Amino acid sequence: MQEAVRFLLPDAEPVDTDFIEQARLARRGSKAASRGLPLTIRGLRKSFGDNEVLRGIDLHIPAGQFVAIVGRSGCGKSTLLRLIAGLETIDAGAISFGEETRPEDVRMMFQEPRLLPWARVLSNVEVGLGRDRASSDAQARAEKALAEVGLDDKRGQWPAVLSGGQKQRVALARALVSDPRVLAFDEPLGALDALTRISMQRLLERVWHDQAFTAILVTHDVSEAVALADRVLVIEHGRIAHDVNVDIPRPRRRGSADLAETEGSILNNLLEGADDTSDL
Amino acid sequence: MSLIESLPRARSPRLPRAEGLIQWIVPLAIVLIWQAACVTGLVPARVLPAPSDVALAGWKLLQSGELARNIWVSFWRAGAGFVIGGGIGFAFGLANGLSQLSNKLTDTTLQMVRNIPHLALIPLVILWFGIDESAKLFLVALGVFFPIYLNTLHGIRTVDPQLIEMGRIYGMTDGELFRRVIFPGALPSIFVGVRFALGIMWLTLIVAETIAASSGLGYMAMQAREFMQIDVVVFSILIYALLGKLADSASRVLERLTLSWHPAFQKR
Repeated sequence: MQEAVRFLLPDAEPVDTDFIEQARLARRGSKAASRGLPLTIRGLRKSFGDNEVLRGIDLHIPAGQFVAIVGRSGCGKSTLLRLIAGLETIDAGAISFGEETRPEDVRMMFQEPRLLPWARVLSNVEVGLGRDRASSDAQARAEKALAEVGLDDKRGQWPAVLSGGQKQRVALARALVSDPRVLAFDEPLGALDALTRISMQRLLERVWHDQAFTAILVTHDVSEAVALADRVLVIEHGRIAHDVNVDIPRPRRRGSADLAETEGSILNNLLEGADDTSDL
Repeated sequence: MSLIESLPRARSPRLPRAEGLIQWIVPLAIVLIWQAACVTGLVPARVLPAPSDVALAGWKLLQSGELARNIWVSFWRAGAGFVIGGGIGFAFGLANGLSQLSNKLTDTTLQMVRNIPHLALIPLVILWFGIDESAKLFLVALGVFFPIYLNTLHGIRTVDPQLIEMGRIYGMTDGELFRRVIFPGALPSIFVGVRFALGIMWLTLIVAETIAASSGLGYMAMQAREFMQIDVVVFSILIYALLGKLADSASRVLERLTLSWHPAFQKR
């Protein structure tokens, strides 16, 4: 297991991990052929005023990979995600998905569900269809997405009567309904209680496995990152400080020694990074 | 304790039908005490006629058709003024809420005009329009304009920016964004404006009709004063109370219909 956990130096060239990924997919066998898009980022920089948030990010994510991005508050991880989702403008560098993308191909899920309180659950999911909203199969697709997250019986409810976890599942259905090829998650489980969180993690893993999109998850919870992701990126001071492959077979058993060991080494990295900073 | 009781609870039981009558106990008691005070001579009839005399006066007005005619005239003026002033206020609220340019151009001016008590314009309005219909419509429209303008503007400004960002990500056009996110989000605030405006609408109309009119409820009350018909005066005042309550109830029903998504309006 040890050799599977590799650490890259911060300034190392992005390593082409495609072949590793393909080998692993072949080994696992059960995963559907990836519909996801690969993601290549070169020399990405972003500042807000005088504050340089991202200082040169180079990254390649193979199609269908589940990547988690961890880091301390203010390290730029959310900004990176918002740039990938096209919510901010790029100062320098480039992000490419390997081919031309439609807006429906890249979806984002936030920490807050952001449901329209005045629309019933099903119409909220239909919002996710983007320009396909007017098509004749819009309702059928929304119903299918709701069933995917196990909420088909709530289709006629107002969001106000749902629990926090249920609202977040509706938001997930809204993100899934357009069959995205890249799905960006910005701490989507951050506001949920511990038990709901674990079942949501399982749900995320399942839909990623079934729909085979490329998943990018920003989280501050290292155990969540290790439980879900193929690969964990640690961001410090606007750069990728560590790039850790988590080669633990799925389904992963929560609390297993493998997970704990990987989590521990990533936490150590985070804490080491914290030691040499003066801004604590 | 009692302050907290009036706040919505997670699952407050619906009032049974009999308890819905509780709100009428106090008005009924006031009428009974009033009647008793008049019958015993505690309050002279020249100061305040008994409720029975007021009811009789009302019955006579109803039979002569005078009541229906005057109510209709006042109702028409109120409605037309409300639609004109409210419509313009809503349009300005939308424009200034959605466009920075429009807001910079007009908001300061509107805020200055707002600080003039609109009833202070009555002498000017009489000079401009005489005691014509347009004078009343102008005053009502002006009074109604500001609460609707301010609350529409406030409603649009306070729509959750996270929802607007969400709408943009999911490819909503400007029109869709307005129809599906901004307008529904502003609606609760707009209704607050409507209910304020309804109050101002009656106030303005009654004052205008009392000072310069040849028909309407305010005119009816002023004419009764000329002939010392104090029962008709009191009756007119009660009609105002009733019409005000009706307008408020109507806006509540509308609110309940359009805001059924809102937790405050959900029957559970």
